[in-house]
Amino acid sequence: MARSRFRGDRGLTLRMGGVGFGLGALYVIFGVILTQTALGAFGIVIVLAIAWGQWYFSDSLALKSMNAKVVEPHQAPELHAMIDRLCALADMPKPRVAVAVTDLPNAFATGRTPNHSAVCVTTGIMQRLDADELEGVLAHELSHVANRDVTVMTVASSLGLLAGFITRYGMYFGGMFSGGRDRNNNNGGPAFIVVFLVSLLVYAVSFVLIRGLSRYRELSADRSGAYLTGRPSKLSSALVKISGDMARIPNKDLRDSQAMSAFFFAPAISRESIGALFSTHPPLQQRLDNLAKVSAELSEQG
Amino acid sequence: MGFLDGILGRSKPPEADLDVLFSVPQAVISMQLEGFTPTGSGSVCFRDVEGQADDVAMADAEKIIASSPGSTVTRSDDRFGFHWLTVTRADADVSGLVTDLHAVNSSLADTGFGTALLCSTVVFTTPAGTPFGLVYLYKRGTFYPFAPDGGERRDNALELQVRGVIASDVPVESDLTKWLAIWGAPGLG
Repeated sequence: MARSRFRGDRGLTLRMGGVGFGLGALYVIFGVILTQTALGAFGIVIVLAIAWGQWYFSDSLALKSMNAKVVEPHQAPELHAMIDRLCALADMPKPRVAVAVTDLPNAFATGRTPNHSAVCVTTGIMQRLDADELEGVLAHELSHVANRDVTVMTVASSLGLLAGFITRYGMYFGGMFSGGRDRNNNNGGPAFIVVFLVSLLVYAVSFVLIRGLSRYRELSADRSGAYLTGRPSKLSSALVKISGDMARIPNKDLRDSQAMSAFFFAPAISRESIGALFSTHPPLQQRLDNLAKVSAELSEQG
Repeated sequence: MGFLDGILGRSKPPEADLDVLFSVPQAVISMQLEGFTPTGSGSVCFRDVEGQADDVAMADAEKIIASSPGSTVTRSDDRFGFHWLTVTRADADVSGLVTDLHAVNSSLADTGFGTALLCSTVVFTTPAGTPFGLVYLYKRGTFYPFAPDGGERRDNALELQVRGVIASDVPVESDLTKWLAIWGAPGLG
């Protein structure tokens, strides 16, 4: 019987499943409450349209926001060749390759399905890492594409988006939808307050759950990337190099990349400023430990 | 990776399809009719993995080949971080070569490195005397021709011609963008 060197991380899968289930349950409950009122139904339609637009155009939107330019094979032959080899090993379609000219070292992948995806690296990261380390980073990003992370995270966060929308704009629309014609009807006001408070609560809970989901998917992409290249230590050293550099770059650059933070290889906002519960990426030490375990599994003999 | 695997974050890379190699001798006969000559050598290309376990697995595979009469095996590395194990049969017997390649693949797969396998080649000489490779992609279970034409150029016309010749014998890769070049591969440099 052929031996498998792949040890599933059962804990990670269970935690991800648990968070996903929690979000799903929250969806159902919130959806039921919302459809009791016209405001809620209106909100659902608008937010779903926005979320769908974000999801459908995710690759183009992400590239535009980072001012990344798509490069052809003759413009960046080594980069394209590296991605070709990784896609052959992973048996996945090749994404569009883009380069962003900035000194900030980072890489991201985006796209609604593996067939409509893009991978972007910055000139900063290409200068700082050697070929093996860059390959590890690219394998991590390609794993995000293969795991359909954009779709998963968009679906997960549309709930939060909906709750946030109602919390933010409910004040203005609430009067329009509740108690309109009948001056003696007092049901409008309280119903709206209930929806508002529920939305606030749902927004808070989903915020925490979504951040948790994002961290677990980062760990999962680290593992996939490590198994793909067979060189977890190179990925670890790339992480260390990048995280060290990120802390030294001035604040104004970091704030420019705030919206894209969830899809970056390393968090663009430094860990000290945001509580661990709200972080989109797991702490560096946890990622390094995770990769060390993969390295041990791959080196086992006998 | 399946859809459910992606959602739940199960990270395994795709496995290699080992058995399709046995359809090669049929394709070789078709190519011989077109004037191609098999050189009796073929290679297995697989990813270098961290640590010593893959070197141990490679050494075991080499021992298996060395023990079968008429076969020699050599090891080389390329600049992209991949190992090549080249098997040569003195009698240019393609069925024997394919059996040897399969033995190498199975030995690697048994020690858990099946996912590190990238491609396999069987080397020919064209009627004009230039090298020619039939490349097998493990992850897709398909073949494609590779005809280096000096430097880093390929003879695409010849490759498309051979595609027509072998199409009924082996599964040929239908997506032309996946016909990646392997410059400097053993026997094809």
